[in-house]
Amino acid sequence: MTVTTDNIIPVAARTVRDEMIAFGIMTVLLLIVPFTGIYPFFVMQALCFALLACAFNLLIGYGGLLSFGHAMFLGTAGYVSGHALKVWGLPPELGIVVGTLAAAGLAVITGLIAIRRQGIYFAMITLALSQLLYFIYLQTPFTHGEDGIQGIPQGYMFGFLNLSNPTVLYYVVLAGFLLGFLLIFRTINSPFGEVLKSIRENEPRAISLGYKTDHYKLLAFILSGTLAGFAGALKVFVAQNASLTDVHWTMSGEIVLMTLVGGLGTIFGPVVGAFVIIAMEQYLAGFGQWVTVIQGVVFVICVLAFRRGIVGEVAHFFRLSL
Amino acid sequence: MADEFILETHGLTKEFAGFFAVRDVGLKVRRGSIHALIGPNGAGKTTCFNLLTKFLRPSAGQILYKGRDITAMAPADVARLGLVRSFQISAVFPHLTALENVRVALQRQHGHSFDFWRSKTVLDRFNGRARELLDDVGLSEFADTQAVEMPYGRKRALEIATTLALDPEMMLLDEPMAGMGHEDIDKIAALIKRISAKYTILMVEHNLSVVAHLSDVITVLTRGHVLAEGNYADLTKDERVKEAYLGAGHG
Repeated sequence: MTVTTDNIIPVAARTVRDEMIAFGIMTVLLLIVPFTGIYPFFVMQALCFALLACAFNLLIGYGGLLSFGHAMFLGTAGYVSGHALKVWGLPPELGIVVGTLAAAGLAVITGLIAIRRQGIYFAMITLALSQLLYFIYLQTPFTHGEDGIQGIPQGYMFGFLNLSNPTVLYYVVLAGFLLGFLLIFRTINSPFGEVLKSIRENEPRAISLGYKTDHYKLLAFILSGTLAGFAGALKVFVAQNASLTDVHWTMSGEIVLMTLVGGLGTIFGPVVGAFVIIAMEQYLAGFGQWVTVIQGVVFVICVLAFRRGIVGEVAHFFRLSL
Repeated sequence: MADEFILETHGLTKEFAGFFAVRDVGLKVRRGSIHALIGPNGAGKTTCFNLLTKFLRPSAGQILYKGRDITAMAPADVARLGLVRSFQISAVFPHLTALENVRVALQRQHGHSFDFWRSKTVLDRFNGRARELLDDVGLSEFADTQAVEMPYGRKRALEIATTLALDPEMMLLDEPMAGMGHEDIDKIAALIKRISAKYTILMVEHNLSVVAHLSDVITVLTRGHVLAEGNYADLTKDERVKEAYLGAGHG
């Protein structure tokens, strides 16, 4: 019976139904975290990376553009937010806005340059630009070079939410994550998202239909960079520092890894991928440098054995769209 | 004159590092006709085609569409003027449904395409028109099927429906019958014949029986230049055409 019902419901409606249920489950799970005894710091960190990976996935999974420099948005927003909070003494909400806007501005500039090329060249340009920025941040005084910005105050959001309380901070970060996630979800399912998917599927055809595809790719790049920056700004409150690791190319690589492990081009894949990778770093920390080796092995297994990623394979097996 | 011929080229030339893929081609496509471009492999048909749709930049020469010089225009702009092309490999969006494929084309003309904050349900207002277009090419029952799962002939029909969604004045079809079985060929041929009542069509095609059956005018290309032009009956009598197709000595 279920099979026949499924065939009657149009694909689009079924997709929305599956995604709504999955979103509900994810939200409930995340809401009850503080009552489960799971280390909240770990979940908060994972949420920031999950949002980052989702933003990255918007670009590659739906726009077909592989950015190998997304750490620059994370790091830039982190530095600017950290500086604004610590040196300018801005309240948290403004600190987040300023950091996110900085990433947005950076995305406009780098996007205008990178979008002119495709495939591997696009990836290389984004990598080069992020490395350029890395060396600038190494030298400029406001980032404090190797030390980074330390001891960033968390403060009171909107004047009354005490962010140094881990539970309050957790729900603020969760709200930020859900906001970003829903915005990405909406973008994917918007008229713009339809054009973006058609460009990913067949760019020459999209051009032949009269679409100026560069404009769409640029908008996708800016949205993705801005949301990655938003994740970076949130992360400042969790880590209370902003450092060079967040702008380093290995961070860009980790974002790619999270998205691939979770499932490229799936809505929930990057979230799962981020939790898996961050959990590995957290719980395998005892192995020291070997964590990188283990991650490498996971990556190889992922690419060889389940190319759709965790969520992609589950969705395929149960014929769901997630 | 501009009214009689919708598309004209003068001295159209494309050189790839010393090799002339297309040399000094002058084409005149009459409004409302089906014009075919034929020739043996490597004659420059597809290059010529890509030049007309601006996917390649000509080395020399001029392209006039409705009397307007489009030689230096971007491909997306040419499409916006109503000169829309198809591709040799069927050009659909594989992981969108047939309905969504057509909607992407409708959406371009009617705005919203940059709206990332709206739900795509605003596109539902195009569903009626999209279904009409799918009905037109006999794809009603495939509306909710992903394009990748459709049989080859149906994909070509979907591609034509998507092109028609733009309401073009002129369609350029690159080997519309390539890779098709007999049944599909008859269907698509009938479809092309039917839509030619409203649109001007220029097509590149290998299948000579299709060309014979459909075309009003045929231009034969060999080695990048125009060898002959006329209707099918005239061309079959032309010794030069026979020679180009069969090689010298077969005549």
